Amino acid sequence: MKLKGKVWKFKDNINTDEIIPARYLNTFDEQELAKHCMEDADKDFPKKVKRGDIIVAGKNFGCGSSREHAPICLKGAGISCVIAETFARIFYRNAINIGLPILESAEASKDIKEGDTIEVDLDNGKIKNTTQNKIYTAQAFPEFMQELINAGGLMEYVKKKT
Amino acid sequence: MGMTITEKILAAHCGQREVHPGDLIQAKVDIALGNDVTAPIAISEFKKAGGKKVFDKNKVVLVPDHFTPCKDIKSAEQVKILREFAKEQKLKYYFEVGQMGVEHALLPEQGIVLSGQLIIGADSHTCTYGALGAFSTGVGSTDLAAAMITGECWFKVPEAMKFIYNGKLPKWVGGKDLILYTIGDIGVDGALYRSMEFAGDTISALPMSDRFSMCNMAIEAGGKNGIIAPDDTTIKYVEKVAKEPYDTYESDKDAKYVETKEYDVSKLEPMVAFPHLPSNVKPISKVGNVLIDQVVIGSCTNGRIEDLRLAAQVIKGKKVHKYIRLIVIPATQQIWQEAMDEGLFKIFMDAGAAISTPTCGPCLGGHMGILAKGERAVATTNRNFVGRMGDPGSEVYLSNPAVAAASAVLGKIASPEEL
Repeated sequence: MKLKGKVWKFKDNINTDEIIPARYLNTFDEQELAKHCMEDADKDFPKKVKRGDIIVAGKNFGCGSSREHAPICLKGAGISCVIAETFARIFYRNAINIGLPILESAEASKDIKEGDTIEVDLDNGKIKNTTQNKIYTAQAFPEFMQELINAGGLMEYVKKKT
Repeated sequence: MGMTITEKILAAHCGQREVHPGDLIQAKVDIALGNDVTAPIAISEFKKAGGKKVFDKNKVVLVPDHFTPCKDIKSAEQVKILREFAKEQKLKYYFEVGQMGVEHALLPEQGIVLSGQLIIGADSHTCTYGALGAFSTGVGSTDLAAAMITGECWFKVPEAMKFIYNGKLPKWVGGKDLILYTIGDIGVDGALYRSMEFAGDTISALPMSDRFSMCNMAIEAGGKNGIIAPDDTTIKYVEKVAKEPYDTYESDKDAKYVETKEYDVSKLEPMVAFPHLPSNVKPISKVGNVLIDQVVIGSCTNGRIEDLRLAAQVIKGKKVHKYIRLIVIPATQQIWQEAMDEGLFKIFMDAGAAISTPTCGPCLGGHMGILAKGERAVATTNRNFVGRMGDPGSEVYLSNPAVAAASAVLGKIASPEEL
């Protein structure tokens, strides 16, 4: 699958409280959560973000709580993919489980600038920066996770197995 | 080659003799936990996948503790989803307000989680139970949904880091300070995807409450789990509450660690984590003059009876500063009862503190002590992220219960020695 979008850049250690503050966790409605997406990192983000946009962040994106509301609200806000140098482990699991594409690439994380337009090929992990005319390669998913993703997320995978 | 305690528990739960870091395994879970924030999504996914019955009604545990007693209509609707599911599935462990406690203090206290088990919880602080010598880790709601159906969860066997602490801890220094110091040393992603094993003379001398505080915050260094091998202290604790048999494991002498850290903690001071990361720590002597507005003593990190005793010892006969709100939250009903029976509440009341029913409440900015813009809190909780306890312009400083109590009296971050 290929994605194309405009980049919003975030720093290291963006935590789940910044992605979706706990004061909004009394619901799990995707659109309701999306209204507050990244609010504590950038309060105007929910107004600025457009469907298909891509987040590029530094190290340890999604650290903190286990709230699945974090990848859900990003998906709800139209974020098509998150690229980071590294992800916190629960966020990593959650994103794969709910089908939010994520890629790890230190090079892309450092080099891509806010406002760049990039193309992401999820099948081979190639990231093309059309603004800067550069190409980066992300870490490939282990085979088991590729299976999960191909099945359409964890629940579809579980349904197939049971 | 030898295995770590974590690898042994994982191997035992996936029916293999050995597992190695990097292996992807499908393992059986002994307990699957959810709360009022995470379980509604899990229950919805469970139903969407056609789930009819949970894999074992004695092994799925639901604790509505985050926004309870329900702070608004939406939270009441969320808890209702848990309650109805618990009734329909005849779950053995569902805790209504009145029996409820902060999940990670409640489950060990009630003997629901035991040594040697594999536990998953849709809450990042599920790593707390590693203090019992269990493999315990936080997952998301969809993982919980899958586990409620299959009784299994997939894991990548983590690489291990070993932390060895030596020396007798100075007065007012405990498990919270050890873990804050460690996170300060390695950073908030210093143990990313890894297992954190705590050992050494200092750990052997720690009571269970301090061990829970340490394992609780493994996630704050990015760790997959925190773990301490069971010893006499663990067995004494578990024997009192266990209703079923349990296993104990320990790491082999030739177990492999990607990194070993050794600390002499005989001169360690109480540590304070400054905004906005738990790794941003300073010893109390280097804190300077930080004026505060609120103090919270409680949470899954430091809401146990030992924590309340320590805070009471510091505050006894003193008064909370005129413009400070001191909010004390015993983590479970049992702790509440003990604190009342021991006379700790009288000490807190005389000092001018407010005492709350068990709840996660203010720790995550839910309710029961939200901060306004520009306000500062000292909290015995686990996270000091931007906006964690309220307005994005407020600040949270993390400390142990003794420092929190002293700070409430002096109106600034302070050591008990300053009283």
